[in-house]
This record gives sequence, structure tokens and C-alpha cells, in this order.
Amino acid sequence: MSDKRIPVSKSDTLMNDEMLSSLRPPGLAWYALIAFLGAVVAWGLFAFGYQITRGMYVTGLDRPVMWGLYIVNFVFWVGLSHSGTMVSAILRLSQANWRRPILRAAEAMTVFSISVAGLFPLIHLGRNWVFFYLIPYPNQRGLWPNFRSPLLWDAMAITTYIIGSVLFLYLGMLPDLAVVRDRSSGWRHALFRLLALGWRGTAHEWTVYHKASTLMAALIIPVAVSVHSIVAWDFAVTVVPGWHSTIFPPYFVIGAILSGVAAVITLMIIIRRAFHLEEYLTPLHFDNMGKLLLVISLLWSYAYFVEVQTTWYAHEPIEWEVFSFMSGRYTVPLLVMLLGNSLLPITALCFKRVRRSIGAMLVITLLVNVGMLIERFLIIVPSLSHKNMPFVWGSYRPSWVELSITAAAFAGFALLYAFFVKLFPMVALSDVRELEARSVSVPLGRAELPSIAGKE
Amino acid sequence: MEKLTSPYKWGMVIDLDRCTGCGACVVACQAENNVAICDKKEIAEGRNMHWLRIERFWVGEYPDVRVRFLPVMCQHCHDAPCEPVCPVYASYHNPDGLNGQVYNRCVGTRYCGNNCPYAVRVFNFYQHEWPKPLENQLSPDITVRPRGVMEKCSFCIQRIRRVKETAKGEGRLIRDGEVQPACAQTCPAEALTFGNMADPESRAARLARSPRGFQLLEQLGTHPSVIYLKGGGREHVG
Repeated sequence: MSDKRIPVSKSDTLMNDEMLSSLRPPGLAWYALIAFLGAVVAWGLFAFGYQITRGMYVTGLDRPVMWGLYIVNFVFWVGLSHSGTMVSAILRLSQANWRRPILRAAEAMTVFSISVAGLFPLIHLGRNWVFFYLIPYPNQRGLWPNFRSPLLWDAMAITTYIIGSVLFLYLGMLPDLAVVRDRSSGWRHALFRLLALGWRGTAHEWTVYHKASTLMAALIIPVAVSVHSIVAWDFAVTVVPGWHSTIFPPYFVIGAILSGVAAVITLMIIIRRAFHLEEYLTPLHFDNMGKLLLVISLLWSYAYFVEVQTTWYAHEPIEWEVFSFMSGRYTVPLLVMLLGNSLLPITALCFKRVRRSIGAMLVITLLVNVGMLIERFLIIVPSLSHKNMPFVWGSYRPSWVELSITAAAFAGFALLYAFFVKLFPMVALSDVRELEARSVSVPLGRAELPSIAGKE
Repeated sequence: MEKLTSPYKWGMVIDLDRCTGCGACVVACQAENNVAICDKKEIAEGRNMHWLRIERFWVGEYPDVRVRFLPVMCQHCHDAPCEPVCPVYASYHNPDGLNGQVYNRCVGTRYCGNNCPYAVRVFNFYQHEWPKPLENQLSPDITVRPRGVMEKCSFCIQRIRRVKETAKGEGRLIRDGEVQPACAQTCPAEALTFGNMADPESRAARLARSPRGFQLLEQLGTHPSVIYLKGGGREHVG
């Protein structure tokens, strides 16, 4: 590849400075952003408090649509969380070097989006205050949760994924934390000294670190795949027409990766702009991510086609009723979804010029995620609206409480991210520099030999 | 541990030829089971709490229009879709073949409500009040359900319990017809017959063997305890 992946000509200190630029003292804009996001989150908390004190009637839920926007959000945020594992772990194992500057952003996104996702099933409960009934804790009455229930599998999978992704993020950050430790003072120094676990950068430490991170990358991928399969089982194992479909687990995993990769690209664009990292996040990165998005969009389209085509061919009356109702009542969202997830990415991302255009990529990736949010809604709500008994068919319209909490989820995610960016190294410094070290030639006597570390 | 077996398998037969759609069963159920009294707003939103509903269908073209009624309560499936999905065992199967619901255990995931193909589960969206003097009719045998909890028809399990205890005291089994839920007791047309399906001589079991018998959504394999007897006469003959 002709593009340079890193500006090698710069001095070490300057590069470190630039890559850690997000850690500089925050400006007025950052405080304004925090205030705004904080206000939205506070409003969401008020809405949640209102729901707790009044009752579930403040939502738009009703018989037969017992699950609505909260579960849509849950599935959507779990989907977003697949970005980090996809971009980081898979690209790490496949030794794609261009991943290096973006992997931190992606891994952090996994942690925050899975945390937001984990809140929604709790918000959704009719009696939130007894949520601990779902936890298998020893008690005198011998009561135990029901391990046959997909909701229990969900709880297990999500807890595992939160722990796994936090470890993955932390492990990857360890050498960077040491760099920041050495450059900081005051309370930050104390914090990073604690977090860096006494990292000194010896050869032995690096060997162990490489082994551990490769192992972690290999371990986190099956976890990620299982998490979204289990989320899909929430629907696939039921007898609800439109949900009871064997394609759901792979289809959900593909959808999750689609929205995750799109969100990583969106975040890359924002971070690149906000912290002036144009030299580190080059059009090459967008080009490669664009190709990845194209492939996954093709896969998603295939899975969607299979799902609709088999239903159409079988023409089971109630299943077909659900599809007819969905396409009739939600025609515009359906078309937006097909455009955003399928038609637009597949056609546009075939062109190198589009993949390398930051503006075009921003539009495409945002539309992909709008499409994915709609997709989750169209999976969950129409199936429940038209179940087997025509006498109790209904519909669903989210209330202001549900919309407020959804807005607060987006704001809360952004808020966590804004704090993370100011506190922790946003670009995977040591990963980028490692590549540099590998490509640099080693002086040996008078001769210059290429470094053997370059052979990965 | 004692094996949970039972000489009873409760079931109901609903003769659609006899049902007049009068709605007495709905009222009886409400009075018996502390079913909440909903105001106009709740009913307009479709959040009424009836455990038993009468579905009404129009059959035929004007002027030969007929109305058909289908009373639908919890079908007490033997392979109930609501049971495995509950994460806290609030929805469980009892040895008599009934789908129990433990109100105090329910956390309100509403998963059972989604997975019930008959849509007979009702959720307490509101905190319900019984305006004076209606609170005097509350039955002490049954929990008053708070908001955020799922509830549904129990085949008047409190009545079954009471009769079981009487029978146990007298050292015998429950006799046919000794217990019936409020809906069956009230039905003026005797369209609803309740009984022990494990006893082939019980009235309900004998009626269930009728060639007119069918079950709701039989193809789903839920094996309901409620057997319907096909009604309709003319429009089915024609």
C-alpha cells in the first residue's frame, strides 16, 4: 500500500503529544457539551422516575404489544457493542495493521454501549425495584431463577460480555496508561500509576502482553457472537409469528456487526475532527472500513432476503399477515431501512472515491444506524401487534417517557465517551508506535538492516 | 422428595352452541377474583383487566347475518409457552395441570404476555383502587395484585384448594361437579363445564369426547385444557 500509515518523520515526543492530544485540559466547548448531555440524561432520569412512581401506563405499551421501544433500544445497543470486538479482535487476529489507530475508539464504544444496553431490560421491568429476583442468589426460601428463560441467558451473556470487554479494553490500554503515567502529575499521576500496574516496558512484559492480548482477542469473539445469538433467541424461541425463525441468531449477529462497524466509522470521523488526528486517521482507514462495511451490508441484505423469502414462499397465513401488516403500516420506515442498510451502502461503497470521502462516509454510516434502529423496531413491534388471535390485534406508539429515556441513552453514551476521551488515551499509542518500531531499520555497525520485528 | 403427582387434571369444555354471549361469566370472574375495576380511560386504552373475554364475530352477509361468540380465558396449556420464558418462575405448572401465576414473584418482564398465543394475560399497567364501598367485595382468598404484575385466569384455584381440603378431611377424592369456577357456575346457558379430565366418567371428560370438540390454535402444540365444542349449525352445514 502506498499510503503511509503513520507519519514516521515526526519526533517521538511530538507524536506522543499529538496522539494524546485528547488529554489536554478541556476547553469551553467540552464543558458546553457535557452540560448539554448531562441535561438530556437528567431529563431521561426524570422520565424514568416518573415511570417508576406512576406505573407502566405512562409508556405506549399495551396488550398485545407488551415489548416496545425499551427492548428495541436493548437490541440496538447490544448491536452497537459488537464494533469493538469486530474491529479490534478480528483485525488483530488477521494482523490488519491499519486497525491500530482506531481500535481504542472501537473497544471503548463496546464497553459503553453494552453498559447502556444492560440498563434497558431493567428499565423495562414492571417492578424495577425487585430486579434482583433475576439474580441467582442463595436465599432461605430456596427460590431460584428460571434458567430455561432466554432472559436469564441474556443476563448471563451480557454480564460476561461487559466483564470481557472491559478487560479487553483495559489490557489493550496498559502500555498506554504507563506512557500517560510518565507524562502526568498530581492526581492523574496517582490514578495512572495505580492503573498501569507498574508497567515498565521490559522485553518480558511485552512478550507476555502480546500473548495475553492475542488470547483475549481470540476469546472475546465467541463471546460476542454468543451475546447477540442469545438476544436473537429471546425472539426466535417464542411461538410469536414473525419471531419464531431459525435465521434470527446469525441474522442478528450480522446486523449487530453492521451497526457496530458503521458506528465505529462515525466515531472515527468525530474523533478525527475534534482532536485533529487527520494524520493518524487517514483516508486509508476509511477506505478499509468502507470495504468491511460493504461486505457486511451484503451479508445483511442476504440474511434479510432469506428471512422474507422463506416466509413468502411458505405463506403461512399468520406469518404472512405479520409481514403484510408491517409493510402496510410502516411503509416509510421500511423503505428507509432498506435504503440505509442495503441499497445505499452496497451501491455507494463500491466506489473508492466514496469510501475515501469523509462527508459521504458520515452520511452513509449514520443512515446505516438509523436503518438498524428501524430494523429492530420492525422486528419487535409488528409481530406482537398481529399475533395469532385476530380479536386482540393492536398497535403501538411510543410515549414521551420512552422517547425521553431513549434520548437519554444516546446522551448518556456520549457523556461516558466524552469523559473517557478526556481521561484516557484515545488513540492506541503503543499499538501505533509498535508498527513504527517494526518498520524502522536497525543500524548494525555501518550497515542498516531491516528490523526482524517487522515480520509479524 | 415426594413425587408431585395428582389424581386431577382440571379442564373445561365450552359448548359454543350454548353460548349466548351474555357476558355473565366475565362479570362473575371479575367479582370472584378481585379483578381490578378499570375506569373509562383505561378501557379506552385497551388496558382492561378481564381474565375472560368474549370474542364476537359476525358471520354471513346481510340480511342473513349471525353473530358467533367465543369465550376465551387462559387455556391452561399442558405445554404452555408462557412458562419456560418467565425468568423468575412466576409462571409455573402445578401438578393438577394448571398454569399457576405467583403474583408476588412476578417482576413484570411481560415475556409471558408476548409468548401467550391466546393473549389472555393481562398486565397491571395501573395501580388499581376499589372505590368505596366496592372494596368490601374483595375476596380474602386471593392476593390483590399491585401494579407492574402480570395476572390471568387461574380456573378459580382458591375454590379448588378449598374443596381439596374438605375432601382430604373426609378421606376421599373430589366428586364430579363439587367444584367449579365462577364463570361455569354463573353461565345461565350452561355452556361452560368444568371437571377432572383424568376421570373418564366426569361430565367434562365425557363432553370433551364429542366429535364437535376442538382446541384453540391446536397446530401450535400447546395442548390446552380447554376444549371447545363447535357451534354454529346452519353456516357450517350449508
